[in-house]
Amino acid sequence: MEAALYNIVLVGTPNSGKTSLFNALTGSRQKVANYPGVTVERKQGFFVTPRGRQVSLIDLPGTYSLRGRSPDEEITRDVVLGRAKGETLPELVLCVADATNLRLAIRLVLEMKHTGRPMVLALNMFDIAKRRGVTVDVPALSAALGIPVVTSIAVRKGGTDELLQLTDTIAAKSAEAARENDWRPHSVAELRATQREADRIIKETVSLPARPDTWTARVDSVVLHPVFGLAILATILFVMFQAVFAWAQPVMELIAGGFELLGQWVQATLPAGLLQSFIQNGVISGVGSVIVFLPQIIIIFLFILLLEDFGYMARAAFLMDRIMGGAGLHGRAFIPLLSSFACAIPGIMATRVIDNRRDRLTTILIAPLMTCSARIPVYTLIISAFIPAKQVWGWINLQGLVMFGLYVVGITSAMAVSALIKFFMWRDDAPAPFMLELPDYKLPRLRSIAIGIYTRAMMFLQRAGTTIFAMMVLIWFLASFPQPPVGATDPGIDYSLAAIIGRFIEPVLAPLGFNWQIAVALIPGMAAREVAVAALGTVYSIEGGKEAAEQIGQVLATKWSLATALSLLAWYIFAPQCASTLAVIKRETGGWRWMWITFFYMLALAYAASLITYNIARSFGAG
Amino acid sequence: MTFDPHESGSVRLLGNARRGFAGTVHALKGGNAESSLSAAELESRLIELGFVEGAHVEVLHEGLIGRDPIAVRVENITVAVRRREAMAVVVI
Repeated sequence: MEAALYNIVLVGTPNSGKTSLFNALTGSRQKVANYPGVTVERKQGFFVTPRGRQVSLIDLPGTYSLRGRSPDEEITRDVVLGRAKGETLPELVLCVADATNLRLAIRLVLEMKHTGRPMVLALNMFDIAKRRGVTVDVPALSAALGIPVVTSIAVRKGGTDELLQLTDTIAAKSAEAARENDWRPHSVAELRATQREADRIIKETVSLPARPDTWTARVDSVVLHPVFGLAILATILFVMFQAVFAWAQPVMELIAGGFELLGQWVQATLPAGLLQSFIQNGVISGVGSVIVFLPQIIIIFLFILLLEDFGYMARAAFLMDRIMGGAGLHGRAFIPLLSSFACAIPGIMATRVIDNRRDRLTTILIAPLMTCSARIPVYTLIISAFIPAKQVWGWINLQGLVMFGLYVVGITSAMAVSALIKFFMWRDDAPAPFMLELPDYKLPRLRSIAIGIYTRAMMFLQRAGTTIFAMMVLIWFLASFPQPPVGATDPGIDYSLAAIIGRFIEPVLAPLGFNWQIAVALIPGMAAREVAVAALGTVYSIEGGKEAAEQIGQVLATKWSLATALSLLAWYIFAPQCASTLAVIKRETGGWRWMWITFFYMLALAYAASLITYNIARSFGAG
Repeated sequence: MTFDPHESGSVRLLGNARRGFAGTVHALKGGNAESSLSAAELESRLIELGFVEGAHVEVLHEGLIGRDPIAVRVENITVAVRRREAMAVVVI
């Protein structure tokens, strides 16, 4: 008998360990996409039960109720009710509850029962609950709720066995368990009544320890302290940016060395000519100069994932709420904005946790000003070429300090833009509420961190393999054709299409101190910022031959003035040089309008900042 | 319908409570808070975070600027709210 795919959806309150249970059940058999028409992430995974039943599991966004106050929560409601486009009505709803924190979860279960779907409650993190002295009378809880209840420990091997067996039992009973759906949005009185009912059930079936999680309380007394807390937050951010610069260096040198050897091998193996030039200058030096930044991207994601898993992100939002409120931002915007340091795309997508449209738009508009990891290649290249690697005050690396400064300028200008938006557009409105659960601290799990970093690293490498590769081929072509006439004395690139295009744009960028090579590099840099570095590599290595490709930084140091370098740094703080970010803004805001607003305001800022930087630097004699 | 916090000495608004305050939720009065949410919506959200009558609450932490927002222990979870919204929670 061929069994059809059995559809289960995973529902739970935020911080219930839903995602770790999802990872435990499905392992790496996951598909991440978006729901049609909205940018809510749709995570689907597959697994096989002990009796061989094929199961599709969908991880729904966390929610406290089915009322659907944000796009995320609407998806959860629609999928559970079978209303979502392209989704089948789930055969089983798997509710996940943090066993140490059942109040809100039980209320959600009671509300969900109205949907009539067959349901199972998994008491997750049962090991932690036990250790804290929480005891649950599972059969009594199951009887009180009228649904099967199992315990699970998502992070331990075998911790989901009971759940898998139960799935088989329920699936064998077919759909007869389904009842009529009589769910409708709960009124305040109904919400209150269900919470009372939940509290009554908990009182009868769960015994809580006299003392709560003292570890979380102790950590919070320092981490949430009004002064020390902010100092700790600043320290974490500072260490993060120093790490990106310092820790990654040895690995980056190793990768760069590898590509250099590869290039030399190609030069030695292939006959001189167009093919050799294409592989060595176009492919290896182009793509290689971007892949070199993989260690830095991994480090920044490592920090963000660790802070998220540890439970620190919500604390950071708490500490930053009023400070960001001064700039017209919501405390919840802190998480999307911090993610934007890795990449503005997930950052902008993460703004959906902000249910107020006004606050969400402001956050989207300024997210691209956060220094994303794609800028790191540009910054690193210019900083290492123009800023001496000396120690300041004994222990701070000057290059790291300049890097930190660039981040600070990005953040400050984001705050300023946000304040202006609020002042001109939404001055008289009351700010949206800030209500956020501060979850208990948890030790991050190596496995989930590894899965997270792995998927991000693969995304980056895929980009290097597709978008960036295509751009590099284009750049190489533009820089190589037409070929210089026979007997030409100038470098070949001076006769190429790239030079023609670059010289055409140069007058517009000349006031910023940009030469035509930079102008050429900025065009493919529109596809992705980091391509600009690769493009410079290609342009200069074609111009200067093999030696130039090896030490692009040193070449830049001889070709550019310090004022030009600083001006380009300033340009990259602001320039809207990323087509995918603009595409995500269009999709998230549902139209072209906000995308163009973002594009032009950032372009204007970039031009102004570069112009000012260049002229100030020149007046100090750096021209 | 607004609530007069002075009608009883022991009754007050969570939004005015200082760090260290411990008590129980007496009532929810969404109209008390000058929030951008409607009274009903604000009450709904507070209930969804566990603020129901009788729930034990304790103010654990305060922010730096204007002692805002506050981190409140509600039974066995911790919730961050701004004082503006916490005005809707009447506590004893």
